[in-house]
Amino acid sequence: MSEPLTCDVVVVGAGMAGAACALYAARAGLEVTVVDRGHVAGGTTGAGEGNLLVSDKTPGPELDLALLSTRLWAREARELGAAVEYEAKGGLVVAETPEVLDKLRTFADAQRAAGVTADPVPAGRLHDLEPRLASGLAGAVYYPQDAQVMPALAAAHLLRASGARLLTGREVTRVLRAPDGSVRGVRTDRGDLHAPAVVNAAGTWGGELADRAGVFLPVLPRRGFVLVTEPLPPRIRHKVYAADYVADVASDSAALQTSPVVEATAAGPVLIGASRERVGFDRSLSLPAVRALAAGATRLFPFLSRVRALRTYAGFRPYLPDHLPAIGPDPRAPGLFHACGHEGAGIGLATGTGLLIAQALTGRTPDLDLTPFRPDRFPRPTKETER
Amino acid sequence: MRTDLVVIGAGPAGLAAALAASARGVRVVLVDAAPEPGGQFYRQPAPALRARRPQALHHRWRAWTRLRDGLAASTVRVLTEHHVWCVERESGGLTVHALPGPEQERSVEVRATAVLLATGGYETVLPFPGWTLPGVVTAGGAQAMLKGGLVVPGGTAVVAGTGPLLLPVATALAAAGVPVAALVESTGPRRLLRHAGALAGKLPEGAGYAARLLRHRVPFLARHTVVRAHGASGAGSGGDRLTGVTVAALDEHGSVRPGTERRLPCDTLAVGHGILPHTDLAEGLGCRLGGHAVAVDAEQRTDVPGVWAAGESTGVGGAAHALAEGHIAGRSIAARLRGTAPDPGEWAPAGRVRARMRGAAAALDSAYAPPARWTDRVTDDTVICRCEEVTAGAVREAVSLGAGDTRTVKLLSRAGMGWCQGRMCGPAVAGLTGCASAPSGRLLARPVPLGVLADAHREHEEHRDREVHREHEKHREKEEHRAYEDRTEEGPS
Amino acid sequence: MNPLERAGARPGPAFEVTFDGRPVEALPGRTVAAVLWAAGITSWRTTRGGGRPRGVFCGIGVCFDCLVTVNDRPGQRACLVPARPGDVIRTEEGTGRAH
Repeated sequence: MSEPLTCDVVVVGAGMAGAACALYAARAGLEVTVVDRGHVAGGTTGAGEGNLLVSDKTPGPELDLALLSTRLWAREARELGAAVEYEAKGGLVVAETPEVLDKLRTFADAQRAAGVTADPVPAGRLHDLEPRLASGLAGAVYYPQDAQVMPALAAAHLLRASGARLLTGREVTRVLRAPDGSVRGVRTDRGDLHAPAVVNAAGTWGGELADRAGVFLPVLPRRGFVLVTEPLPPRIRHKVYAADYVADVASDSAALQTSPVVEATAAGPVLIGASRERVGFDRSLSLPAVRALAAGATRLFPFLSRVRALRTYAGFRPYLPDHLPAIGPDPRAPGLFHACGHEGAGIGLATGTGLLIAQALTGRTPDLDLTPFRPDRFPRPTKETER
Repeated sequence: MRTDLVVIGAGPAGLAAALAASARGVRVVLVDAAPEPGGQFYRQPAPALRARRPQALHHRWRAWTRLRDGLAASTVRVLTEHHVWCVERESGGLTVHALPGPEQERSVEVRATAVLLATGGYETVLPFPGWTLPGVVTAGGAQAMLKGGLVVPGGTAVVAGTGPLLLPVATALAAAGVPVAALVESTGPRRLLRHAGALAGKLPEGAGYAARLLRHRVPFLARHTVVRAHGASGAGSGGDRLTGVTVAALDEHGSVRPGTERRLPCDTLAVGHGILPHTDLAEGLGCRLGGHAVAVDAEQRTDVPGVWAAGESTGVGGAAHALAEGHIAGRSIAARLRGTAPDPGEWAPAGRVRARMRGAAAALDSAYAPPARWTDRVTDDTVICRCEEVTAGAVREAVSLGAGDTRTVKLLSRAGMGWCQGRMCGPAVAGLTGCASAPSGRLLARPVPLGVLADAHREHEEHRDREVHREHEKHREKEEHRAYEDRTEEGPS
Repeated sequence: MNPLERAGARPGPAFEVTFDGRPVEALPGRTVAAVLWAAGITSWRTTRGGGRPRGVFCGIGVCFDCLVTVNDRPGQRACLVPARPGDVIRTEEGTGRAH
């Protein structure tokens, strides 16, 4: 075994969350090592669409985190915007029926009260914003704060900007604990890394990593398919999605749910999401899921019917039972911090998460109350409670 | 449509399997993307060209006529111009989804108890500066255009790269009246000789081609490579076009020998570096792969029940190998569909051919390995991903950003994200980055119009949704139960 | 000897298609790519990044380099699509779709 490396903090996971934690921790003056069993952006980050959304968040702790993250993303974009394909394109949430529009407007009112910019768009003005949208829609709400990045590039460039030491292809087999229970580093399949702090940014594998630290964190995968079209000229200007998406995001159902989320990319292809189903880590093609995605997207944008899908792939959103991430120190293992379980919002929430983690690591008062994100909020189930 | 067996691919393997199975009472539907059966190997001139001597540009003509006549006399139903984009596993069997061409604007389904994947392979080309110029084509592409369209691309050709395909392509072009300025093979004669023992008798046509090369006065440049392709603007219609190539001799390490570079004028370069199996449909089905090929057992069965594979998709071995595998697969399928185990003794001769040709394929692979230092000659401004115009410099930059496998290189560079989905640049990206070359798990084997998917959703919606919902609920309960149980049982205290 | 003679081809009468507005003679049975090659044309697409010319590369429908617009339908693989009398074939620029 090689000479143990030492640093101030080991971040486990070279995805978006890990990259943001590394960046803000390094800016706070800490020496950071990032370790990943795969490669940069090899997990959920590489399968995502790069949504930086406030529009789909219900007022509460997640929306507060989204608003903080949105501000931070805009700041990072001043330097890295082009490299990470940052686009402050705004989101357009459309309602297909007057009933749904009513609910959407009520939802937007509550969001506005929480600090979100949410502008109602009457049916007659929809096509000024989005000329190729289907006709006959009831109306929409426009969210200028919604933005987009290319997630893999974002993770890679934030990591590079952090100056952290990056160790890929190394699996953490155990989080090392001192006799007093405090964390003293990690054991990997290629040597130990010694540090007084370890950040769990392992995404869908965050539960497994918690396990390797001896604590319980019930992160589970929620599968989503993305359909990618042939490259097109810029025809879809915003992130456009149907209002029922908000209900699906918050849903507890395991069954397949799809609500169309459609957006163009800087490179040309249009990305179509978002299906949600809880089927473990099964990557094989689900035709019902991709058909439903296509049906939803062509309903919003009829011109897409004649556009071809070049590929589809599955990703796994890491979710916790109450749909909030785990962010902050773990009182069960002093020195262990969690930054995972962001479900489908991890790219957007990464910057805020990174900042909060850096503040926690350096003993500063975090910008947001971390209580709702406490990692020890889920009791370890016993056989009895399961049955 | 419902049948016993769908054979996907009407090349040697698919034809042999379809004939063997249908002769044993199996209802067979044979599906192929081309307008005529034959695959790449037995590609025929379009019937409307009314070629009276098609055999003049083909080899193994007699084997083809036997298959063709057998097919005509059989009960096999042939669906040509059907582009299969997905094979779906369902509780009642397998469903093959295909887009009828050339429009490819709707999808048809064929349901079957068994499916044979005889999807063949496609050519690998390793990049070099200038390889995107019009006039640079794959060796197999030049051959396909010649065999199918009876057309050649220009005045003077160079055939280059490595592998057993170059000889037949050079001789076919020469026979069709194209002056071939050189056949440039990167493998040296000594290396070929070293493998001669393994290759002897397995490439009976090799000697014949060599004689024909001589007859057509095609210079053979062994242990040489094309260093660069040159173009001139306005030489073709509407843009640049190839005007020549620089070739050079290679030393024993694969590096260019200084001072050996020289220019050969040509307006066509047919270039190839070997064949890769088509495995997209197998990957979509979840079949286990071994390297780049579909893994099969002695009966050509994959590890997915009801799915067989034969021919180049199981490993590149040539037409004789494909015929043998197809024959074995067809007999196995016939027996298994009757509910009986096949008797391997019945296909002993085909089994022997299969074993011999697999050995030959392995020998060919090691004999015709691409030159060791080819990446040295790929300048940073050379386009690697032809679809997305990603340069070698950008691919190398992805590695410095933290990419460590071909998937993350793709994510950070866009190499492989375009129309061909990395089929063309995959081996080059692997070579340039030092990442293991791996199949990339394309769940859609072809581009599919979103309208086709959407229509299917609406059709299936009513009678499928309820069933899907029920299944997922069941699955979820099981999953969640397992997930929690794992934690409670294995988690340290 | 050219390949048609070599194979003893006796195709039916040629028909006309147009390529970027000019007439091109086509033999029945040939693909769009074969028709264009026979007319000495080797590129009919420009890339959406660098605007570089492209034509046939793999010749068997795998590489999508030969994409062309036929009768206003963009993104057709010239090596697969048979030419038909009166086809209006146009160089495909970029995505092949007007803004």
